Amino acid sequence: MAQIQQDKDRLSLAPKKFNMWLFIFTSFMFFAALTSGFIVYVGGKTHGLNVILPSAFRYSTAVIAFSSITLFLASRAAKRLQFGKQRLFLWLTFALGVGFFAIQIYGWYILAYKMEVYFIDPNASRSFLYVFTGMHLLHIIAGLLLILNTLWGSYHNKPQVINLYKMEMSSIFWHFVDIIWIYLYVFLLLNQY
Amino acid sequence: MSTLAVHDHGVVHHDHDQEHHHTDTFITKYVFSQDHKMIAKQFLITGITMAVIAMLLSILFRIQLAYPDKTFPLMETLLGRFAPNGRLDPEFYLSLVTIHGTIMVFFVLTAGLSGTFSNLLIPLQVGARDMASPFINMLSYWFFFTASVIMISSFFVQKGPAGAGWTIYPPLSALPKAMGGSGLGMTLWLISMVCFIASSLMGGINYVSTVLNMRTKGMDLWKMPLSVWAFFLTAILGVLSFPVLVAGVVLLIFDRSFGTSFYLSDIVLNGKIMPFEGGSPILFQHLFWFLGHPEVYIVIMPAMGISSEVIAVNSRKPIFGYHAMVYSLIGITTLSFIVWGHHMFVTGMNPFLGGVFMITTLIIAVPSAVKTFNWLATLWRGNIRFTPAMLFAIGLVSFFISGGLTGIFLGNAALDINLHDTYFVVAHFHLVMGSAAIFGMLAGVYHWFPKMFGRLMDEKLGYLHFWITFICAYLVFFPMHFMGLDGVPRRYYAMTEFPAFNRWLSVNTFITWAAITAAVAQIAFLYNFIHSIFWGKKSPQNPWNSTTLEWTAPVEHIHGNWPGEIPTVYRWPYDYSKPGHDTDFILQTTPFSETMSSNLPHDFEDNPVGLEQYNQWAKTQRSSEEVK
Repeated sequence: MAQIQQDKDRLSLAPKKFNMWLFIFTSFMFFAALTSGFIVYVGGKTHGLNVILPSAFRYSTAVIAFSSITLFLASRAAKRLQFGKQRLFLWLTFALGVGFFAIQIYGWYILAYKMEVYFIDPNASRSFLYVFTGMHLLHIIAGLLLILNTLWGSYHNKPQVINLYKMEMSSIFWHFVDIIWIYLYVFLLLNQY
Repeated sequence: MSTLAVHDHGVVHHDHDQEHHHTDTFITKYVFSQDHKMIAKQFLITGITMAVIAMLLSILFRIQLAYPDKTFPLMETLLGRFAPNGRLDPEFYLSLVTIHGTIMVFFVLTAGLSGTFSNLLIPLQVGARDMASPFINMLSYWFFFTASVIMISSFFVQKGPAGAGWTIYPPLSALPKAMGGSGLGMTLWLISMVCFIASSLMGGINYVSTVLNMRTKGMDLWKMPLSVWAFFLTAILGVLSFPVLVAGVVLLIFDRSFGTSFYLSDIVLNGKIMPFEGGSPILFQHLFWFLGHPEVYIVIMPAMGISSEVIAVNSRKPIFGYHAMVYSLIGITTLSFIVWGHHMFVTGMNPFLGGVFMITTLIIAVPSAVKTFNWLATLWRGNIRFTPAMLFAIGLVSFFISGGLTGIFLGNAALDINLHDTYFVVAHFHLVMGSAAIFGMLAGVYHWFPKMFGRLMDEKLGYLHFWITFICAYLVFFPMHFMGLDGVPRRYYAMTEFPAFNRWLSVNTFITWAAITAAVAQIAFLYNFIHSIFWGKKSPQNPWNSTTLEWTAPVEHIHGNWPGEIPTVYRWPYDYSKPGHDTDFILQTTPFSETMSSNLPHDFEDNPVGLEQYNQWAKTQRSSEEVK
């Protein structure tokens, strides 16, 4: 019986993991569309961004890059059956994710209150700045929920197959969200002027 | 694993959730079902319901076009404030056109078509127990259902449904106060479409993943039926293009409700200058048509796949040019991403850019023609059985040719500037993607009805349905070409107000009566469909003597599709009328060792062991001939 169960899990989990990769494609297309929209907008109307990005975004980039490392360490711990370590690194990743979220919001605060760059602006390239970061934060929320789900599974002693599966699902998504942020940040840096 | 499964298949086809016993309640079996066959039926019935609604809407605006000066007191009784004094309200006319287009393109021909047949056929034809993620599959249907309810609910708000056309171009759609149809109705349209896109993405992700990961033993990509190829490539198109529409819609929502100006500039509304500046409505068109053009292939490709399958089965011949069919589908998929600009020739785009889009557009004619010629060559000297499904499949080929030819006109920037937004365009797309896709869908319904409900549909009613619909579709859309060439613009409430177009009134009346006849003919289908579900003739396991895998599954639907082991596949799906075999079809599950008399050397192209055995067998055959 146990043997059957294991085989079956392997059979049905791989396609689900593939689903996650496909979802990442859709997400990628979404951000590609937004940034292409930016290019069309700026090119068509000669309305540049003209905003020097607040340094908060530099710190948040460092934080999210670091969270990818901790998540990788959590994955490695899970594979080596060190569950205590896995949980610790997952919590660290979660905390860094929340930190990233907070710094982004702080970045918005700096933009709006200190630099007077508003979401509602006749120059829509500045609105794009908020759309990019806002839509990315939605993905961050989804990623944090996935990490919490992995933690929940880990505390409820799910079979190792499931644990690794959840670990992998959240890893794929979280690293992707990280890479997307770096893409958006570099894109914005190149278009500051 | 498989041998164990025979003894205890209860374990095999469970999802890996906690419960190991399987008790279907009414809710889990018919409502929140995770079984792909039930979800397919849910999609089909919702799709048909939406199609009937959208068809009735079109009859309403056709009546207005035919009798712009008459009053119909009945209309006021039915529609109330939308038809004051028995005449359609002009803004409501625009809403009718908008919702007719939206429902037909998205709800019927995207969700109703892909949702039904991808769900039904992908697992059954590739040999899988269910979709990659049955739960997400179920969510996909319920998001679609929610989207449908929200879309219909917009008829019950004060100012009526969205009225900016199914393409919802800003600024009209971005300014809630611009007209009645830009208010709450537009908001509901956007919410509904967000649900719809979520549904579509969840479905598409599942279809791609199932085709790539869950094929049965022996089923390599080049042994898949063309229907599965078409659903697969359609799903890829959807997964790559729908997110772009989300991006466009998100920005539109910000413009509408938050006051940004992505799409808005220099607006004067009711004599008041609005604060928006710097936005570009063309940006929306780029984002919209980057989805919108692949969308028309999302609509037609499943219909093409279904027709390829139906035509091959009912011609009792292998499909002509199987590989060419697949490559042309791949070609259409790829090209569809680089042609969106041909919808925007009159936006003032750089003529050089227009030229580029013109060339890419015209190149699509090549794979399309390959498909058409292959269908015709399959029919050529076939042993044709004119089942209703076959008639509808041939109908698709007919509409695809007559509608496709005008596509070559419209793809030329120089001609399009003249024909843009005239009835010529209406005629073109209603033939090439509207009628063609709906005929493909109906072919699928007639062909796979026995697989879905275990019963056969009535053939005579099917013939009646086909002939009236086919003739009336041409009577409706063919005259529109001439109206368009004369410059009659689409979406006008009363174009006869212009003296130049007055003479087209009689044609409009004719078209309306043809449309009403076609609508009445659908009763034959609806009666046939509903009656056959409950009282139709019981179907045998393989009613069309077809080779594909779905007909090896038992007629009674079981969770997991096949009792015991999933069958193994040995050959391609088009072994019809193979010389030397005693029946005119060989199931995909029949190994070559059982069909020695009909094997050919090229059956063993990538199988040297098999070829060896075949040569051995041929030699012994020859020597025994000599003995005789």
